[in-house]
Amino acid sequence: MSWFKRIKEGITTSTKEKKETPEGLWYKCPSCKNIQPSKEHADNYYVCQKCSYHERIGSHEYFEILFDNNEFTEFNSKLISGDPLHFTDTKKYTDRLTDTIRKTQLNDAIRTAYGKVGGHDIVICCMDFEFIGGSMGSVVGEKISRAIDVCLEKKFPLMIISKSGGARMMEAAFSLMQMAKTSAKLTLLAEAKLPYISLLTDPTTGGVTASYAMLGDLNIAEPGSLIAFAGPRVVKETIGKDLPKGFQTAEFVLEHGFLDLIIHRNELKAKLSQLLEFFEN
Amino acid sequence: MSHLDFEKPLDELKDQLEKAKQIAEKGKVDVSGLIMEIEKKIEDTRKNIFSNLTAWQKVQLSRHPDRPYSLDYIKAITNNTFIEMFGDRNVKDDKAMIGGFGMVDGQTIMFIGQQKGNNTKMRQYRNFGMPNPEGYRKALRLMKLAEKFNKPVITFIDTPGAFPGLEAEERGQGEAIARNLYEMSILKVPVICFIIGEGASGGALGIGIGDKVMMLENTWYSVISPESCSSILWRNWDNKEKAAEALKLTATDMQDLKLVDGIVKEPLGGAHSNPDKMFQTVKSEIKKLLPKLLEMDPKIRVEKRIEKFCSMGVYTEG
Ligand SMILES: [Zn+2]
Repeated sequence: MSWFKRIKEGITTSTKEKKETPEGLWYKCPSCKNIQPSKEHADNYYVCQKCSYHERIGSHEYFEILFDNNEFTEFNSKLISGDPLHFTDTKKYTDRLTDTIRKTQLNDAIRTAYGKVGGHDIVICCMDFEFIGGSMGSVVGEKISRAIDVCLEKKFPLMIISKSGGARMMEAAFSLMQMAKTSAKLTLLAEAKLPYISLLTDPTTGGVTASYAMLGDLNIAEPGSLIAFAGPRVVKETIGKDLPKGFQTAEFVLEHGFLDLIIHRNELKAKLSQLLEFFEN
Repeated sequence: MSHLDFEKPLDELKDQLEKAKQIAEKGKVDVSGLIMEIEKKIEDTRKNIFSNLTAWQKVQLSRHPDRPYSLDYIKAITNNTFIEMFGDRNVKDDKAMIGGFGMVDGQTIMFIGQQKGNNTKMRQYRNFGMPNPEGYRKALRLMKLAEKFNKPVITFIDTPGAFPGLEAEERGQGEAIARNLYEMSILKVPVICFIIGEGASGGALGIGIGDKVMMLENTWYSVISPESCSSILWRNWDNKEKAAEALKLTATDMQDLKLVDGIVKEPLGGAHSNPDKMFQTVKSEIKKLLPKLLEMDPKIRVEKRIEKFCSMGVYTEG
């Protein structure tokens, strides 16, 4: 529900900006305030070398980190959201979409591709938070659905990297039904005995948590990620007290039994390959 | 006394009618003509009000404190054969979610629904119809029980949302709802869902994956309440009426968008103005829908259910 505020944060730390950062500029960790060269920071998978803070990154970076030699085939990249409700709040939804597409160079909040990770074939769907807070609308649902079709056809395992503020309000009930759509479609993957690995990254909340993000054969998270159904602000309002320290972090969610493991981004590719090998042999 | 502003014109007429009846009782003046006139006026006014409801007025009706709740429907429809079953077999019994077997004309059915309370104490007891993860897990346990013994499932949806509390988060509210979406998609028995009041977001959808999803005439179903939508998109609560329109959350909107399968007509004045008639309408709807679903091959029924939800979404190939 709190994606609105976060859009701005998403924009200020947009991956595009980072890419355009000239050599020699510095990255300041928002957590420990340590300053390090941007290049070194990027080489360290955008993880702070001092405190291990995992910077929010997008599909561009995840594909580069995971796919062997950064080689992958993206599919359905041109899908664009319709505006079935002709939704207007302070701005027309169609204008919001056009602006966001121009600003982010993305067509929606998820990209889907297949390629190899450590030699293992896999389909990866990766969400982009900078696209309207990584909100889930018709395109996110349809691209996941078609990615599962590719898995079924090629007999590839599936990985979805979630990073989302939840539903896309401008698509209202259509957005809600993407929860049903993706969950229903995942049953077909299970029937075909193809593994589904869900990677929850900072933040994964709302309708995404309450559908595909929590339905992995393995639910994995990055350290420190916010993982929630109701966001911390809403929970705080509900209980009328301050929240305990560490509430709704990946570590908290693991302790309560809803994650299989937490993987540091530096080890993500190696561990993912190992896991894929478990399923294969 | 009416609870809603737009019901007020009816109050005045009802007062007039009461007075005329009192005069009639005294027997001195013949007011039978007047009484008929007022009764006709009430009928006309009611028709006038209820045939032109705005989206926000329908939201208000869906929350009307006199509106029947899940247990009212279930008891009436099953002719009091309903036996409630409690607990999720893990943590506790969630009072905001109820379920159990009942019989409709010789057919055993598993009924499940969110439950609201009808006075201050009961509203708290029922947590205002906002289930915790245990509620969703109880619902799933009962659905699995129904599946095992090949009994159809009927759910009644009426919730302002899944409870956004601390313990709910600790015990995996998101996982509980996700699990239900997944498992309901492949449940081997027929599933019919009725939205009888509020259908708010994932909390509603968590018992809402059906072969047939029906909305009562004066209910709403969307990803967020108009109030919360207003506060997020317009940053105040004053645009709730605008938000209600924009969200296209009424039964007619949802049917037009093909996101629900049908609308169940309410008595003139809303479900609360004639609950018995409402229960009969829902019962006849069940008797109309269920035989066709029971006839289908379970495998095909599940396939069609999955296909239906997978076809939802509007996009262009760019
Ligand atoms: Zn740091």
